[in-house]
This record gives sequence, structure tokens and C-alpha cells, in this order.
Amino acid sequence: MTAKPVRNLPVHLILIVAVIIFAFPVYLALIGSTWDAARIGRGQMPLTPGPRLVENYTNALTSARGGRIIGYPVQVFLWNSAKMAVAIAVGKIIISILSAYAIAFFRFPLRTFFFGMIFLTLMLPIEVRIAPTYKVMSDLGLINTFAGLTVPLMASATGTLLFRQFFLTIPDEYVEAAKVDGAGPLRFFWSIALPLSRTNIAALFVILFIYGWNQYLWPLLITTSREMETIVIGIVKMMGTGEAQTDWNLIMASTVLALVPPVLVVILMQQWFVKGLVQTEK
Amino acid sequence: MQRRVIFPNRLLPYLLLLPQLAITTIFFFWPASQAIYQSLLRQDPFGLRTKFVFLQNFQSVLSDPLYIEAIQVTAIFSVSVTLFVMTLALLFAVMADRQIRGAQAYKTLLLWPYALAPAVAAVLWGFIFHPSIGILGKLLNGLGLRWDYQLNGLHALVLIVVASSWKQIAHNFLFFLAGLQSVPPAIVEAAMIDGASAWKLFRKILFPLISPTTFYLMTINMVFAFFETFGVIHALTHGGPGRATTTLMYKVYMDGYVNLNLGESAAQSVILMAIVSTLVWLQFRSMEGKVHYA
Repeated sequence: MTAKPVRNLPVHLILIVAVIIFAFPVYLALIGSTWDAARIGRGQMPLTPGPRLVENYTNALTSARGGRIIGYPVQVFLWNSAKMAVAIAVGKIIISILSAYAIAFFRFPLRTFFFGMIFLTLMLPIEVRIAPTYKVMSDLGLINTFAGLTVPLMASATGTLLFRQFFLTIPDEYVEAAKVDGAGPLRFFWSIALPLSRTNIAALFVILFIYGWNQYLWPLLITTSREMETIVIGIVKMMGTGEAQTDWNLIMASTVLALVPPVLVVILMQQWFVKGLVQTEK
Repeated sequence: MQRRVIFPNRLLPYLLLLPQLAITTIFFFWPASQAIYQSLLRQDPFGLRTKFVFLQNFQSVLSDPLYIEAIQVTAIFSVSVTLFVMTLALLFAVMADRQIRGAQAYKTLLLWPYALAPAVAAVLWGFIFHPSIGILGKLLNGLGLRWDYQLNGLHALVLIVVASSWKQIAHNFLFFLAGLQSVPPAIVEAAMIDGASAWKLFRKILFPLISPTTFYLMTINMVFAFFETFGVIHALTHGGPGRATTTLMYKVYMDGYVNLNLGESAAQSVILMAIVSTLVWLQFRSMEGKVHYA
């Protein structure tokens, strides 16, 4: 079929407008991160890059100290977010693949009950049980600890549902062959089920990394000292009440630093990301 | 559902399930049951005595004008976000579904905002709509609108709707695009041969065929607007000015975590649990493809 450039013109126009709407706020943040606070505070920020790129980013990363903000090095926040995101993603994958394996490959009393229990967690996001969960955390001494920040987020139904679904598609012949060869359940898990799950694990990892990196309410409740804070919370605290005369250059540099890792993950691992997103929500 | 061939083992499956069950019991079921239990109790102001009050907490929550106000804010906010997100995402998906040059590049360029935290979206849009230094904020003021989201409740609501929707469009776009691409080409070709216009093709063929996706996204967007936009509100408006952006979620956070009003906050938690359960149930129904078009 020959292309019809004229008929496609409105389509391209709409899509280009969409791309611009999506990119515009990030572009402004990039520009803001290259000027000085005074110029932005006067409302005179140009739409082209300024001369302070290196200075602003170095300042944000190492001290985040400006005229108004007495900050905390953003590199600490970035490192915290990275550790948290990886810990949640890895922990969630391990915990859910094990429980899904139990549910898919064994028959035992209370199996359906346990599966139902895991399923029910979908109905209990942290948002609906803030106060009592906080109480449990403080009773267990988990406030402001890395374990407190990550372990409670490692259990959820989505991973288990995904792996169970996948395990049910492994042909019975594989299991029979493994049994004939004398392989037990752990051997089968390690040598067959786990390698077969590789792409599912990769897809889930991408989704969970972003999920962990972008957590807000949970770190807000659990972290009480600055050196434990995540980057997203850190930026919001830097912005404060959002006065005109604040160090917007540092806030914007930190915002760019906060959004680059997850955006890169989505762009570079797009295939896995799309697969993961569609699967975890099925 | 169960596999036909399984492993015989008594202890192992329990060990495999143990980590997940331990975490869900300690951090999900125990707090949730505490919320239900506390929602039926009332403590005196000194915390010395507690008495069982049945549904009295619910009664006082549901008759509290502030709570009714939060329900209204939540309804306006979540319906606006859902409509805004779905309309734009569907438009972009229908366009990107065309056989055009650069379709893959467009897809990538429309997908990445999914990666952003709602609070980061809030900071970005707060910068743009800042009344004295933001590009659009200054523009609106220049037009004589007296734009100030920190003083005007309507402006604050508009800002959190824009910031939340902007972040969520990418997600909906992906699902709409997947839905459109799973429509059999033969059906589309048949309609073209019969001389259907692009609008008619969309209205009579594509839109009805993707209705399960549409319904599914509606429930997802409601959950998003109810809960995940907490970061947007917390970062930008803190529920204000006044109570203009205090949603149910923000209120339960304020009452339970900041003001420590346990009984009523627990009742609010239970109400939220009921809402989430309904939405999750609708979501699973929609996945079974039970939504039919007339």
C-alpha cells in the first residue's frame, strides 16, 4: 500500500502535540536546572539552557545547599531510592515465585485458603490501613529502618498471580520426565521452572523497580531522619510550600535526577516493560 | 485450577509459602483487622477507657460535613481525572494505531511518563503553574485570571487534576493501543470495503470491541485517583486551600497519622477498604470479558 502523506498529516500533528505535552514539563525542569535561583525567582527564566548546568547538579548531588534551602546531599537520596527499589523488586520476585510454586505444583490442606489469603491482599493497599500499620511498625521497632521500608512492600498478590498463571502452562510431561529422572521438587524448580520463568522475572523486575522507586506514602511514614529519605520525598521537602524565592534551580536539578533512572528503565527495557505491565495487570 | 501432575510432599509447600504468608499476616491482615476492630470502639480523650460503640463511629463519620465534603472533592477529582485521562489516551492510541511512519518512535515517546512518581509530576506542574514564576501561571495571570493555586480552591483542584492526569495518560495509552491492535484486521478491512468513514469505523467497530479494555481502565483510573494521587496532593496543596483538595485518602492520612483520631480514622479506613474491594471486584469481572456492548 502506498503511503498517503496528506491524509496522515493530521494524525502526525495530533501525535506530535501529544509528544510535546508529555515532554514540555520535563524540558522546563531541565532548563530550570541550568539557571540561577535569582533569575527563576524573578520569573525571568528563559526557554533556552543557561550556563549553570554543572554547578547546579554538583551542588544538588553533594550538598543541596542554596540561598534558601538548607538541604541534604541528593546523592544520598538517590542511593536510598535505588537500594529500596532493587530490594523491593528482588524480594517481591523471590517471595512470590516461591509461593506460586507451592500453589501450582503441590496439593496440600488449606491450599485454596492460602491462595485466597494472598489474593485478598489486593483489597488491602497500605493507603486503607495507615494508622494500624504504622502502629505495628513502631511496635516491631521498624520505624526508620531499611527493613521497615522494604519488607512490608515485598508481599502482594500480583507477582504470585503472575507466576502461578505461568506455572500452570508448564506441560505435565516436563514434570513427569523430571520425576522419571529422579528429580525432586526443588531440583525441578531450580533446573526447569526457574529458567523457564526468565522473561517473566525480567518483565516483573522492570515494573517493580519503578513501583519501588516511586513509593511515596510508605517512605513518608517510615523514614524519620534525612539520611534515610528517598529522592521523591526529598524533592517534595525541598520544594516546601513552593515560594517564588526558593532555590528552584536545585529543586529542578534534583527532580531531573529523580526521574532519569525510572524513565531510562522504561525506555531501554521497553519490551519487558510492556510485557510486565500487561501481565501484572491481567 | 490445579495441575494434573504434582509433587507429593507434605512439608515443603508450607515452607515455600511461609515468607509471603508471614509478611501478609503481620503487615496486611493484622493491621486491617485492627482497623475493623478499632472502628467499633471509642476511646475517651485521655486514652484511659475504651468502649464498644458498634457502628457509632461510622455514623459520626458519615454525618460529618467535613467527610461529606471530602466525598464530594473525591468524586469531582476522580471523575475529572478518569475522563481527562481516558479521552486523551484513547485519542492518542487511535492515532498511533494507524499505519504511519514512525509509529514505534511515537509509542516510545508517549510511554515514558508512566515511569514518573505522581509526586514528581506534581513538582513539575507546580513549577509550570506557579503564580509568579511559572510559565503558564504567569500567562494566566497576564490574562487577568488572578491565577493562584495556593489561594483559590478551584485553581488547586485544576492543578492536581492536570498533574495526576498527565502522569496517568501513558498507562492508559498503552492499554488502549494493545486493545486496538488486538482487533482482527479482517473486521476493519470489511468495514473499509463497505465504505465506512474513519469516525464510523471507530464509533461502530473499534470502540465497542475494546469496551472491556475501557471498563478495565475505568476501574484502574478510579483506584489511581483515589489512592495513588496522594503524592500529588501532599506535594502541592496539602489538601488546601481550605479543604478544596482534601480527598478521602488525604483525610484518612490527616485524621489517622497526623491528628491521631483513631476511632474515626479506623472507620474511614474500613470505608476505604470497602471501596477498594468493590473496585478490585469490578476489575476482575472486567478481565473475564463479561462486559458486553449492546
